[in-house]
Amino acid sequence: MAVWIQEDAKVLVQGITGKQGMFHADKMVEYGTKIVGGCTPGKGGQTVDLQGNSFPVWNSMFEAIEESDADATVIYVPPPFAAEAIMEAADAFDSVKGEGVIVCITEGIPTLDMVKAVAFVDNRPGVRLIGPNCPGIITPGEQGGAKIGIMPGHIHAKGRIGIVSKSGTLTYEAVAQTMSINEGQSTCIGIGGDPVNGTGFIECLAAFEADPQTEAIVMIGEIGGNAEQEAAAWAAENVTKPIVGFVAGATAPPGKRMGHAGAIISGGKGTAEEKFAAFEAAGIACAKDPSELGAVLLESLKEAGLR
Amino acid sequence: MNIHEYQGKALLKSNGVPVLEGVHCTSIEAALKAYDDLGSKVVAVKSQIHAGGRGKGTLYHPETRDHVMDGGVKIAFSREEVETYATNILGNLLVTIQTGDEGKIVNNLYIESGCDIAHEYYLALLVDREKKSVLIMASTEGGMDIEHVAEHTPEKIHKVSVDPNSGLLGYQKRDLGMALGLSGSALRSFGKCLSSMYSMFVNSDCAMVEINPLVRTADDEIVALDAKVSFDENAEFRHKNWDDLRDLSEEEDVEIRAKETGLSYVKLDGNIGCLVNGAGLAMATMDVIKLYGGEPANFLDVGGGANEEQVKTAFSIILEDPNVKGILVNIFGGIMRCDIIARGVIAATEALSLEVPLVVRLAGTNVDEGKAILAASDLNIHPADDLAEGAQRIVALIGGVA
Repeated sequence: MAVWIQEDAKVLVQGITGKQGMFHADKMVEYGTKIVGGCTPGKGGQTVDLQGNSFPVWNSMFEAIEESDADATVIYVPPPFAAEAIMEAADAFDSVKGEGVIVCITEGIPTLDMVKAVAFVDNRPGVRLIGPNCPGIITPGEQGGAKIGIMPGHIHAKGRIGIVSKSGTLTYEAVAQTMSINEGQSTCIGIGGDPVNGTGFIECLAAFEADPQTEAIVMIGEIGGNAEQEAAAWAAENVTKPIVGFVAGATAPPGKRMGHAGAIISGGKGTAEEKFAAFEAAGIACAKDPSELGAVLLESLKEAGLR
Repeated sequence: MNIHEYQGKALLKSNGVPVLEGVHCTSIEAALKAYDDLGSKVVAVKSQIHAGGRGKGTLYHPETRDHVMDGGVKIAFSREEVETYATNILGNLLVTIQTGDEGKIVNNLYIESGCDIAHEYYLALLVDREKKSVLIMASTEGGMDIEHVAEHTPEKIHKVSVDPNSGLLGYQKRDLGMALGLSGSALRSFGKCLSSMYSMFVNSDCAMVEINPLVRTADDEIVALDAKVSFDENAEFRHKNWDDLRDLSEEEDVEIRAKETGLSYVKLDGNIGCLVNGAGLAMATMDVIKLYGGEPANFLDVGGGANEEQVKTAFSIILEDPNVKGILVNIFGGIMRCDIIARGVIAATEALSLEVPLVVRLAGTNVDEGKAILAASDLNIHPADDLAEGAQRIVALIGGVA
């Protein structure tokens, strides 16, 4: 078991004929992800060559899911069309299978488009959206696994640590830290750095808590909003597995957007200090430096009798 | 992206929100002509800068820093007063609670006719991250600092969350209006104003619209007396007119250039320049520099797929800051390969004849090739294996605490 995406999940790629889509689809196949084809409106019937194999392209997500029985889709569609790609996938998964996971990698989607798209997805309870503006989700396997996104596959290994993060490269840093203490990952989820996104911290924590493969959790937040504080409060009541945390942006000046659209301290709220305090109050072991995540995790595993 | 009050009011007006008559001007002569044209005995002379707290701000001479006048928003009762205020404001430095000590030079004025105010309210529309919808906030405590109201009398702030599928509904407008104590024609006027503002928010891809104060006039009309409007930059592709609304003098020149090359840069006050891939890791790098006793000079995210040229531009932007005494490069190669970054770093240090110490931490894809390339160069580059080591080294090299 892992979270939401199993090792052998069948995956579609929206925007598979574009430069980004094709590049990453190829990397996913190389990793071992079971890509079943892709969707680009107007290019149905064509094929795409990935790692020496040929994959079908469909015109619509309805067709694509009906014919491939995909479990998930990953979106590499440019910002002006990405929200609609999410809604098309949600509608198709809901109508054809009643369920499905949508992973949206695209950065730069207008916030109000996401307000609409998230409401659309929320009306279809079997459908889950991860992202946008995220590295994706990966469930490493014994051999290969399911890498759905842009993360470097080779730094991961199958194991028992669940990772959830708002940031891309900082997630890789967390993965490397687990590897430095000889721990692999159950599933790593990048929820994205946008102010309005799909799956949040709490849903990830709940899924890790319920997942028998996951035995400890690493949670990486950043400045802006109060999702970390709410997640910490929820975890204090509901999570029994050890959690290790880090929050990026302690040195960020107020009112400035730090790269991610959501990473801004407004009106003195959403600071790293506030979030670290919420983590500590909830019994989450904090690293003040991401290079210490491994050591802090090891300590937590020992305390829990897991090492 | 922020716009000026006068631009925000033009937008409100074109969407059907009542505003007072006003004229934007950039010279004293134009201000006097505006006063004559408006034909109003009393006018407001308002400094236009992208920061709040203008009314309680202070104007200084930009070079001598001599005190010129208290208040960046003045009520003028005569043509002479308009002249005095315009002279004191234009070209001078306005320091408010939001500008920081450096303040902002005022190049734009807004001359606005007066009105008879019965009550001042607060109204704002913004995107609620938690509820993932547009939130409308209103309060009877207009004209005050809303954060102060939120802290001390939260019961005086009323909120309505708009479902994007149904839009703003009649009962929501009524409930909010009645919570403000409005009735009769004022309540109807408020409802109309709210509908116009919501459609403006959605159609113009606003990030925030804040009206403080929104007033009820003696004739029970609802009028927007101030306008703080900002747009969601992600939506720029569908708003060609934003280019005309952008005031480049309000933005950091170097931040604009960074954006044009696909880099995300924010200048800070420290002396250790940072070059990182990914926003989260870039923030974490700054944090760790500080943790080990240094001060970061900037936030800089080169993005997921930077090439040699972008790395070079990133270096030159960092080095433009005279405070920079050392640079820490922190790359976790995912899609980006460490060997490409290593070549970019070498090309940049050679082209820019780098003199400050440089610490490079590489991890991830092709890390061994990357490290080998750096080691083989005869440049003075200090390698580091992890972020903590990188931060400690650069802090030590510039002679800070380690």
